[in-house]
This record gives sequence, structure tokens and C-alpha cells, in this order.
Amino acid sequence: MALLDIKDLNVTFATNDGEVHAVNGINLSLERGETLGIVGESGSGKSQLAFAVMGLLARNGRATGSVSFDGQQILNAPLKTLNRIRAEHIAMIFQDPMTSLNPYMRVSDQMAESLMLHHGLSKSAAVADAIRMLDAVRIPDAAGRARLYPHEFSGGMRQRVMIAMALLCQPEVLIADEPTTALDVTVQAQIMALLAELQAELGMAMILITHDLGVVAGSCERVAVMYGGRIREEGPTGPIFADPTHPYTKGLLAAIPRVDQKGDRLSAIPGSPPNMSNPPPGCAFCPRCDFALECCATERPVLTGFAPGRTRSCHVAIDTVRAGIPDTEQETAP
Amino acid sequence: MFGYILRRLAVAIPTLLLLIVFSFLLMHAAPGGPFTQERALPPQVLANLEAKYGLDDPLWRQIFDYVWRIVTDFDFGPSFVYPDRTVNQIIAAGFPVTLTYGLLSFLLAVLVGVTLGAAAAIRQNSWLDYLAVGISIGAQVLPNFVMAPILVLVFTLILGWLPGGGWSFSDPSFWIMPVIALGTSYMASIARITRSSMLEVLGSNHIRTARAKGLPPRKIIMRHALKPALLPVISFLGPCFVSMITGSVVIDMYFSTGGIGKSFVDSALNRDYAVMMGITILVGALTILFSLLVDILYAWIDPKIRY
Repeated sequence: MALLDIKDLNVTFATNDGEVHAVNGINLSLERGETLGIVGESGSGKSQLAFAVMGLLARNGRATGSVSFDGQQILNAPLKTLNRIRAEHIAMIFQDPMTSLNPYMRVSDQMAESLMLHHGLSKSAAVADAIRMLDAVRIPDAAGRARLYPHEFSGGMRQRVMIAMALLCQPEVLIADEPTTALDVTVQAQIMALLAELQAELGMAMILITHDLGVVAGSCERVAVMYGGRIREEGPTGPIFADPTHPYTKGLLAAIPRVDQKGDRLSAIPGSPPNMSNPPPGCAFCPRCDFALECCATERPVLTGFAPGRTRSCHVAIDTVRAGIPDTEQETAP
Repeated sequence: MFGYILRRLAVAIPTLLLLIVFSFLLMHAAPGGPFTQERALPPQVLANLEAKYGLDDPLWRQIFDYVWRIVTDFDFGPSFVYPDRTVNQIIAAGFPVTLTYGLLSFLLAVLVGVTLGAAAAIRQNSWLDYLAVGISIGAQVLPNFVMAPILVLVFTLILGWLPGGGWSFSDPSFWIMPVIALGTSYMASIARITRSSMLEVLGSNHIRTARAKGLPPRKIIMRHALKPALLPVISFLGPCFVSMITGSVVIDMYFSTGGIGKSFVDSALNRDYAVMMGITILVGALTILFSLLVDILYAWIDPKIRY
């Protein structure tokens, strides 16, 4: 049995412009100790997927389907049940370390809080643990720094504090929602290395949400590519990178600038993400797809397995995608 | 921090001096004077009166003498209109009354306002929220000069529970209506400010972090949301507190409470220069003091603020 099992998860938001379908029929599972990457551009629903698992959706959000942790249903579970799981079993770190820490509390106090709550530690024992964890995420002079307020830390240091805080209760699952997006490139690499190291040390599973394919390649065993709130392609990282079978995955990979190849222009996927309050009836990627067939606009492709551990949802034949687009089409594109 | 407070207090002195000079000039720029009457006084009498109160001196001299007496003797002079009373006596008689009902209204406004606003935000779009918003809008659109007669009508004339006016330090039944009449509109403003800032804080990222930690809602509110949500309320409380404890003409008029609010308006109508100046300085000094207190409170709540 998978540690975390997501079945047919849907997330909708009630807005003034109607219902927005952010996440549609997602199935994912995570084994103990495994690292799963969820990749997609902004608005693809990847963060909302994570919030739904943690029960952290905004007030107008509604999740349906099933999420079970260690066999226990946690989606839409009573707050008491959820609060026993949060931090203690599933912890989360957020995109923006600048605003995700409480600016009005000492770092030691905000960290000690979860230990006192979940492990029943005394304040002083919890603070001592917090300092040890700050030390583990390589914050110099951890004992002294713990007494400071978040604004006295740099962005990278704050994300280290967030990581330390999330790992304090030694959770089985860590959900990292774009943990390096707000950081400098050099700091990004340090944070990712730190996460990988701590993950191995604590033996926890991780869901890494990102739009950065480089980050995925370096740290994930499995990847799910999301577009328009649905999974487009899923499988082991290596094969997906070497042999993308979905036009969107292919486009994402092609959009990574390479220094070893000469070219005048950066490659981009034309068009913009679909409006999820009024999603197209067929494949959401169809309007931007170079391979689009007639049926793509009207019939929604189904996620189907085609090789061991690999699934894709696309009407276009695998070999057509592999072969690539005729050059003439690219030239005539406006 | 200590140095900052000292600096602020040092700046307060020239500020008060400026206040005195400007008020003095404005007062004297207005036509008429304390001894202007419908039937003009004989010129000799007027000259003698003006000489007695020093009104024949040049203005700079009057200002200087006035400030000098305050500094040396803390003497704000005799009233121009009531020759047997000094300004110090008038303020000493009225201010305790004003302070009592002002402080009580302030406490009422803050306690009820913050609770109502916070509860409304926490249960946004519930019946509690609509009730709280309804109450605060209702209280806001009822100015105290409408509120006061309604209270008198209901509690004095119809029910006969409370005295319709007057003041007694020993009998709290005299306090109730002035406190409610003065406090409700402030309470409404505080509730509105608390609600909107609490809503903003509850939607912020660090609250999401607190939820992800598995904290129960009560702890999230008390430990993580209340402090930042109160910051805008506190900046409103400084000036609000001063205007409440320095009295309200409307309250003093309707309930005959005898606070300094009435003395202030009377002094302006009678051109009682000394009383007018005395109360102006009192309000000015309190305003300076409480804006300093607000700043100190801010620094205590928000660690990013360091002076």
C-alpha cells in the first residue's frame, strides 16, 4: 500500500466569474522514501493539488475525491484528524520564504510551537530541538540566530528555517511547493542539496512541486507533468527526459536554454495557459499543440499506460511526437 | 528605545510652544474680545479691564508672560469671564468627569469593537459576520447627538431606569448613558478596522504556515493573527483615545455632565481666552503623549520597527 494515495482528486474554486476547475481527476501515489516531482507552468494546478492534500485550500475552494495517508482518509477529514497529520506526518514548505514565516514571532518560538503541540515537549526542550535542527540545516550560530525575527534572515536563510521547521517533527512526507523559486540560483542549488541530504538521512518521502525541470532531473525518481489541472505524462524521470511522449513535455524540455547549442532565439511554447473557469472540452493543450489532430479539440484524451511505469494522455501517436514537427510549420508560425 | 523616547519628549516642548503661539494669534485675530458686550463698556472701564488682564501689552509680551507663568508656577491664569475662578480650577473640576466617562467609553469601544470585528472576520460570511457588520454600520450612522436623545427617551422617559442627566462619582447609573452615547461610534469604527485587517491577516502566508503546523484555530488566532491584525487598530486608538478623554460637547450638553467639553465651547463663545488656551494646551499635550505611546506600542508589537 502506498504511503500517500491520491485518487480522482478534483479541486474547484467558487469565484464571481463562475467555478474554476483547478485540479481535475488526479491519481498519484507516493511510496515511503520516494521522491516525486510535479512539474507544470504557473496555473497548472500543482500548488492547489498540494494544498488540497494538506487541507489548506482557500475558503472558496472545494476538493472531492480521495486522499489517504497510510490507509487513513484525510481529504475533507475533520480538522482534529487533519491537525494530527499536519507537520507530524505530512509537512509542507512553501514557495515564498519571505512571507511564510510569522514576522512577529522569534524563530525559536515559531519552531518550538509544533514540537510542543505534537510531541508534548516543554518549551525549553522544544527550543533546544529547534536549535539542533537549525544547526542541521547549516545556519551558522544557530543558538544565537534562533532568538532573531524572520526579517533578520536573508531569503535563503529563511527557506532553511522553513525547512528546519517542517522537519522538526520528522514527518514521513514532505511536500515542497517550489521551495527554490524565490531564491538566487546559487542558493537554489544549496537548498536542493540540503533537502536531498536531509531526505536521505530521515528516510522521508517527498513531493517536489516545481516548474524547474533542472531541479526535477537532479532530485526526483518519478515525475508527473501537469497541464490544465490534469496529469499529461507520468513516469520515471530518466526515461521521460530522454524520451518525452507528450507534446507538452517535449515543449517544456525544448524550452530549456542550452549553452552548448547555438541559436538566436529562445524556444517557447506559443500561446498561453487555458482559462480554467471555462476549460476547453477536448485536450486543454490542443490550442498550443503543434501536433493537434482534429479530435483533440473535442475529445479529452485519457491517461493510459504504454510502457512499464509510464503513462500519457494524448491522442497523437507516440512515434509522431518522437519524430518531431516538420520545420516548415515552425517557420510559418507568426 | 529609551533615547528615542527622550528625543520625542524633547521635541514635544517646541511643539507645544508652537501650538500656544498659533492658538494665541488665531484667538486674537478673531474680531471681538472677552469684554465685548452688546452695550459697549465705557472706554475707561474697558481700558482698566484690559490693563488688569494684560491685554494692552503687545501680543509677543502677552504670549511670553503667559508661557512664563505656566513654566514657573504652572498657572494658566484666571478666567476672563468668571473672575472668581482660575483656569486650573475649571479644568480640575471638569476633567475628572470627562476622564471617567471617556476612559469607560474607550474601554467599551475597544473591548466590544475588537471582539466583534475579530469574531466577524473569523466567521466571515456567517450570520455572526452579518450581525457584527450590521451593528457596526448601525452604530456608525447614529451620531452621538442622535444617540443621546434616543437613549434618554428609552431609558429615562419610557423605562425610567436611568437618570436623564447630571453627574455623580458615587453613582454609576449616571455614567451609563454618557459612556454608551460616546462609545458606540468609536466601537463601530474599531470593529470595522479590526474586521478588515483580521481578514487580511488570516489570508496571509504565515497563517497558512501555522495551519500547516496543525495548530488548532484558537491558537492560530491568539498567537499568530491577533497581533498583526491589531496594528492598524492601534494607530487609530491614539487619536481616538485623546478625543474621548478630552470630552465631547454633545455628551456634556445632553447629559449635563459638567465635563471640560462644555467648558471649551463656552470659552470659545465667551472669548474666555485663558480657559480656551488652557484646554487647548491640555488636549495638545495629551495628543503628543499618546501618539508617543502608540509608537512605543507599535515597536513592542512589530519587531521590524526599531527606533
